Amino acid sequence: MHNPQLYSDGQLRHLLSIEGLPKKILNQILDTAESFVGVAEREVKKVPLLRGKTVCNLFFENSTRTRTTFEIAAKRLSADVISLNVNTSSQSKGETILDTVDNLIAMHADMFVVRHAQSGAAHFIAKHVPEHIHIINAGDGRHSHPTQGLLDVFTIRKYKPDLHNLRVAIVGDILHSRVARSEIHALTTLGVPEVRVIAPKTLLPAEVEKLGVHVYHDMRAGLKDVDVIMMLRLQNERMSGAMLPSAQEYFKTYGLTQEKLILAKPDAIVLHPGPMNRGVEIDSGVADGQQSVILPQVTYGIAIRMAVMAILAGGQPSGNQS
Amino acid sequence: MTTDQSQLPDAEALINILADKLQPLLQKNTALVGIQSGGVWVMQRLLAKLAKTMATHTIEHGTLDVSFYRDDYAKRGLKPGNQPSQIAFDVENKHIILIDDVFFTGRTTRAAMNELFDYGRPASITLIALVNRGGRELPISPQITAMDLSLKPTENLQLIQLADGQLGFTLKLLTPSNHQAVSKHA
Repeated sequence: MHNPQLYSDGQLRHLLSIEGLPKKILNQILDTAESFVGVAEREVKKVPLLRGKTVCNLFFENSTRTRTTFEIAAKRLSADVISLNVNTSSQSKGETILDTVDNLIAMHADMFVVRHAQSGAAHFIAKHVPEHIHIINAGDGRHSHPTQGLLDVFTIRKYKPDLHNLRVAIVGDILHSRVARSEIHALTTLGVPEVRVIAPKTLLPAEVEKLGVHVYHDMRAGLKDVDVIMMLRLQNERMSGAMLPSAQEYFKTYGLTQEKLILAKPDAIVLHPGPMNRGVEIDSGVADGQQSVILPQVTYGIAIRMAVMAILAGGQPSGNQS
Repeated sequence: MTTDQSQLPDAEALINILADKLQPLLQKNTALVGIQSGGVWVMQRLLAKLAKTMATHTIEHGTLDVSFYRDDYAKRGLKPGNQPSQIAFDVENKHIILIDDVFFTGRTTRAAMNELFDYGRPASITLIALVNRGGRELPISPQITAMDLSLKPTENLQLIQLADGQLGFTLKLLTPSNHQAVSKHA
């Protein structure tokens, strides 16, 4: 079957979702990111790879961290970066997404980083663009957020190098979370033997077991002996209707507190994709505690995004590669 | 396609020659930097030999993988398997000895120098190579080598690690289709 993310020779052409990417490509991205981590610690925090290339951040949905880290990543690769916010662009005057993209291609943009509230938006643009243009999905609806999934496994790998020996729990609003979906695909593709999801029934998608995860509704049972806890943000803005009694009630049952953290392995690490709702899904003491790797996630996110951009921009339609 | 390998230089013997030539260059402020991957192997050998003769101080050293600085990235993309560059010392005002295994076009050296300057401003850079195989395309050449050759552009001399841990050379003949790729790479 044709995979829109890959060239016919199997090289990465776009990054749209982790689902459908072979382990080899995921490892290529993670290993390349390893080389980019050190760049940020040097006197000159830049490499010349994307000199002369133009990266367009197309954000049809608000985001601070993701947009900033993509922008920093592109700039550390020496690309020129344009960040377009939908509220201030022609979209508000009625221009279609594809017209916006076509206009930017006419201005010789080489790569688009796309975030959109609609699932499938990045795929839609990827189908439309000429072969030398690369698309990176920076989050589409409930569907996928591949660079977040990759930076999470990268962070895990930094602290727990043997992925084949891990028990990982993803906690919270799985239903609305493109992050959870990307994490699950990344973890299972890379061979993590046990991935648990912990959530109330109302925040779990139907047939979530088919993704290869173990389902828990009780936090205490689910956290027992895990090596990694990946918390999710309670997505208030995506929630229509009352799926939960209240934020306080949620915190009591599914919030990560010090006394629940003790149930995991003593050296377990805690991740959160941000932005955090302190006191809703995670206790401040845990978020700032010894086992938290939430800020390293942000740092590694830049290296991952640099790796993805560097691999994509160097990719060629097969046959052109000497 | 492989040619007669028996005429190839003895890599371990060349490293001894290189170590002898390198020793007078070392001063207090000298640091060694090996270029991945052959240059790093040569550097490790040199460090071991120098440690035996100069017990006084350990020599600062690091490694460069120039993948992010290559001039053929637009054509070839990023190879899988690149290694992080590791320069743990302060490059500022150091006398850097840059180490490569086989010097060919000079393009790798250019990339390595560009990367090095992103760590700081060295006092000087000296390029040493096990073999200068001939064929430079830039106004760059090694100051010290253990052997100079004049190979044809279609010949590709590579340093390899043998099964017994020793270093050796292979010489391959390039076919027209992979000629461009390898000549840009060496």
